[in-house]
Amino acid sequence: MESVAPAIRTDELAKRYGRITALAGLTMSIPAGDVFGFLGPNGAGKTTAVKLLLGLARPSSGEAWVLGAPVSDRTAHRRARRGVGYLPELFRYQHWLSAREVLRVHCELIDLDRAAWDAEIKDALGIVGLAERADDRVGGYSKGMQQRLGLGVALLGRPALGRHDVREVIRALKARGTTVFLNSHLLTEVEQVCDRVAFVDKGRVVQVGTLAELLVADSVRIRATGLDNGAHEALRSFGDPQREGEWLVVRGIAADRVPDLVRAIVERGGRVHAVEPRHESLEDRFLSLLEKPRKSDA
Amino acid sequence: MRSLVIARLVIREGARRRLLLALLILTLIVIALTGWGFSRIPTITQRGAPLPDLQVKLIASQFLILTMFMFSFVLAMAAVFVAAPQISGEVESGTALAILSRPIGRAEYVIGKWLGLTALVAVYAGGAAAIEIGVVNAVIGYIPPEPVAFLGFAIAEGLVIMSLALLLSTRLSGMVGGVIALVLFGIAWIGGIVGGIGAAFDNAGITHVATATKLILPTDGLWRGAVYALEPQALVGAQAGTVSAANPFYASSAAPLAFELYVVGWVALVLALAVVSFREREP
Repeated sequence: MESVAPAIRTDELAKRYGRITALAGLTMSIPAGDVFGFLGPNGAGKTTAVKLLLGLARPSSGEAWVLGAPVSDRTAHRRARRGVGYLPELFRYQHWLSAREVLRVHCELIDLDRAAWDAEIKDALGIVGLAERADDRVGGYSKGMQQRLGLGVALLGRPALGRHDVREVIRALKARGTTVFLNSHLLTEVEQVCDRVAFVDKGRVVQVGTLAELLVADSVRIRATGLDNGAHEALRSFGDPQREGEWLVVRGIAADRVPDLVRAIVERGGRVHAVEPRHESLEDRFLSLLEKPRKSDA
Repeated sequence: MRSLVIARLVIREGARRRLLLALLILTLIVIALTGWGFSRIPTITQRGAPLPDLQVKLIASQFLILTMFMFSFVLAMAAVFVAAPQISGEVESGTALAILSRPIGRAEYVIGKWLGLTALVAVYAGGAAAIEIGVVNAVIGYIPPEPVAFLGFAIAEGLVIMSLALLLSTRLSGMVGGVIALVLFGIAWIGGIVGGIGAAFDNAGITHVATATKLILPTDGLWRGAVYALEPQALVGAQAGTVSAANPFYASSAAPLAFELYVVGWVALVLALAVVSFREREP
């Protein structure tokens, strides 16, 4: 619909450490305003990609643009980082400071107008639910509180929101037009908040799309015996059949075709013991993509 | 200027983590003890008679040099302990990620660290030495010839070793960088003594080696400058031309201006190297 400049764009972005390829060639584009889930198994290159996007590491080849600024242009990229809030996986802040002081340091680092600090910090503390502990040393915080402080730090420079839950914060950010890049292995979390998702494996994007696009495939599990070898091919018109022991899993089948599938099995001499229709979750999709990544990479 | 944000964080860390408090308490204890020691000097008698005033002053000057040597050693150690993990520690703990993903350049980060450490070094060196000199003056009425020059050299010595430790911190863990900095500090000190021996015996080879160590890490040259500022002229005249050039608590001449300029250039170069080194580091 609207054609705004992408918030993040990468073009064959690659990072090698000696012989090890951490990121093979990442190409993707994230429209401004999207909540984008960045998914992949450990070692897929997610963290490396984030470091490259933030300018913490430099690409071996390829290019990335953050809010329009290429990472290769250090000055422009540094300026663009004013508009980026980052919640590191490893959220460690100066433990000898209070939460309020940490937030103040970050207000100063992003050039926020000094007059706006107090209101900004008050909002951030309120949103993440740390208002009452704002003047305690971070060193005494629980891990959860430290993470909330991290979220507060990442929220600075953005106007008020009003809930404590991370998912709620993300939804509220989206409502304000903020692009959210969620690097996660928590699939349910991603499933609940993201508009679009990229699956990454071995340093490349395996598949990218909206949740609706990626999860069109409903599937059905049928426990059937007595099927001959040719049955597999014959059932292909219904979806993508795969044997899992006694079970036959057919992915990508429309729900109203399940009875037809059962009849087709019976007509080929199969005996049907059980039928379990399933709505595919992101996790199923993710796992099936990882099992045969190249085949589905259309 | 974002460097100042980082500098203030360094200072605040020093204050919050009770580094400054610990140093302050220990320093005050040492000053009290040495002050008492100084107060005993006039009570020394020779064949039943008190020492002449000049001799009291000479003993006081020697005692003060020893005390200041201890302070300079503590300063060097403390500067290394604080500077060596300054960057590497933040990278290891992940604290650096949250800071460096902000619109701050690597140069601003490193220079900010350096500025903060410089303030800590100057406050400690200046404070401790000024109080000690003040106490000695109050107790026996002795003031070294050039207290201000002494402060300048003492602070510069701390800055040199701190800058080196900070450079190492851009690449090495605090433990490794700290050990390397201290070993180099020791080598420079020994180099100064060896150079004195070379000069006394007119051995060009030894003298050159010593000069080289003095230039690679100018801490000992600065220490000699500090000592010279503490020496009464009578003492310099009395010892001139003897083997005492090797004595690490003695300096036969003031540090040349060229050396002072060299030190300024040395610190600038090390700081620049630290910036370049950290610019290529990927936390």
